[in-house]
Amino acid sequence: MKLASRKTATADVTRRQRSAHSSKEALYWIGPAALVILLIFGYSVVSVLISSFRYDGDWVGLENFEIVITDPIFLTALKHNGLLLLAVPVLIILAFILAVTLFETRRGMRFYRSAIFLPYILPIPVVAVVFGQIYQLNGALNIFLRSIGLEPLAQDWLGDPSIALGTMSSVIIWKEVGFGVILMLAHIISLPNETYEAARIDGAGFWRTHLSITRPAILNTIVFYGVIEAITMVSWVFNYVYVMSNGLGGPGNATMVSELYIYRAAFQNKAPELAAVAAVFLFVATLILMVAFFRIQRRSIAGTFNK
Amino acid sequence: MTKSRGVKRSKVEAFFRYSLLSFVAFTALVPAYIMFTGSFKSQGEFLNSPFGIPDSPSFAGYQSAWTDNFPNWLTNSFLIVTGAVVMTEILAALAAWGFARFPFNGRETLLGAMVSLMVVPPVVLLIPLFQFGVQLTLISTLRLVILIYVGLMLPFSIYMLTNFFKSIPESILESASIDGASSFRTFRSIVLPLSGAPLATLAVVNLLWAWNELLLALVFLQSNEKKTLMVGITGFQSRYSLDIPTVMAGMSIATLPLVIAYLFGQRFFIAGLTAGSTKGE
Repeated sequence: MKLASRKTATADVTRRQRSAHSSKEALYWIGPAALVILLIFGYSVVSVLISSFRYDGDWVGLENFEIVITDPIFLTALKHNGLLLLAVPVLIILAFILAVTLFETRRGMRFYRSAIFLPYILPIPVVAVVFGQIYQLNGALNIFLRSIGLEPLAQDWLGDPSIALGTMSSVIIWKEVGFGVILMLAHIISLPNETYEAARIDGAGFWRTHLSITRPAILNTIVFYGVIEAITMVSWVFNYVYVMSNGLGGPGNATMVSELYIYRAAFQNKAPELAAVAAVFLFVATLILMVAFFRIQRRSIAGTFNK
Repeated sequence: MTKSRGVKRSKVEAFFRYSLLSFVAFTALVPAYIMFTGSFKSQGEFLNSPFGIPDSPSFAGYQSAWTDNFPNWLTNSFLIVTGAVVMTEILAALAAWGFARFPFNGRETLLGAMVSLMVVPPVVLLIPLFQFGVQLTLISTLRLVILIYVGLMLPFSIYMLTNFFKSIPESILESASIDGASSFRTFRSIVLPLSGAPLATLAVVNLLWAWNELLLALVFLQSNEKKTLMVGITGFQSRYSLDIPTVMAGMSIATLPLVIAYLFGQRFFIAGLTAGSTKGE
């Protein structure tokens, strides 16, 4: 007993020594990367925060915030980011359906998987330019619609302000869905075999099996994908919009989003302080999404344990 | 009887499954098909029959795309991607080893803070980094863009490699330290040789990201001969609006390296893209 306690005591001391020693050594290993990260992220975030309260070198308090918040173009941009969020449930549902369908398919599965995943690796500028052509008034889509007798469905997909944002979101969905399929499929394949045994014995059908067994089993992955896509819709759609609207967010402001607003404020209207304010809003929005993600995830993990 | 009903149902089911998959695969492939075949067509043929196979394939589009600065852009893209990916790989591997091997105070917090940087929108960093670049007269230099890319790729890279290094069995590492190997030698001669697959996966994921990046390259590479391929071809659309085959040829060239990388490294792509979710917090 005594021996044991002395043993743990010495172990404790060596552990403490080792910990002090190792934090010094860890610094050498982590230092270089930490320096770059500090420069790129730390410096930038602090500097954006500071410049959002300044104008021409002077401290102006919340004045910049007032200007941005009352700017109808900024509000339009925010609304559009909000509308793009509606594409997230569409992405989740589509990706889920495709993932379970691929899972049930043996012959040709690899081909279909590769094909469905291909859009995700294509460069966004390329995708945006090619779809820009397809969606022209006399472009491939309308030619196709006319040839199968659906002339009334033919639209000026990117030129009509009332549908331009929807058209753009269809491109984003086209490109992003493959990522969800890969994520979910990888998770489904890794599930233990017994998962589906009870369902098989019960003779449950395709949809019942996947809605009541697969869906809860891969819930973590579904939530992860949802959050990644929500962050995409809020803060990563610049490339699509910039290329498809020639940098303008048009027609009118029909496809203006907050990232383009920041870009234009900073580099076209020469108002970096307003861009900084909008950047602060965007940053806070992503933080909120992150926190929401961790909350939901913790609850869903707790949920699986309770069952 | 029940069995025959079962078979029937699964046949109907299979029919629906394959119809759905074929439709989606078709939709996924058609734009690439239109792009690629379009690059060999004439303007008139592209507009009239975007879906057809080129009547008399012509390389005129490629000839006019491959002019002025296109070779420069391609070189710039290669240099930036190679530089950024290699540097990220080195810095991330060192840092990840530091995180995985040395249990210092606040390790979890520091790692967590680093990981959460993954979601900071690049556009937030745009203005301060631009001012920083102007002050150091680094605008339109590849060095600055490489540095920024490295910074942006590091959080995910460190996170992914830390997870992997933690999974290396303690016994392997301990035998090395009994032999008196320094931690750097252990890292170089034991850890790195074991890490081929995760390092390759990481390289592929980062390569994909850096090759496709537009926003930062657009802002930081302003002189025409310093542009990356993505910035360059983005300007194609307005410049060659009356010559779509040329636009499509430029797009095809820009896509080709990725498609090749994808065909050869598909399993690394998939491993890398699923790495973030499966071992989530």
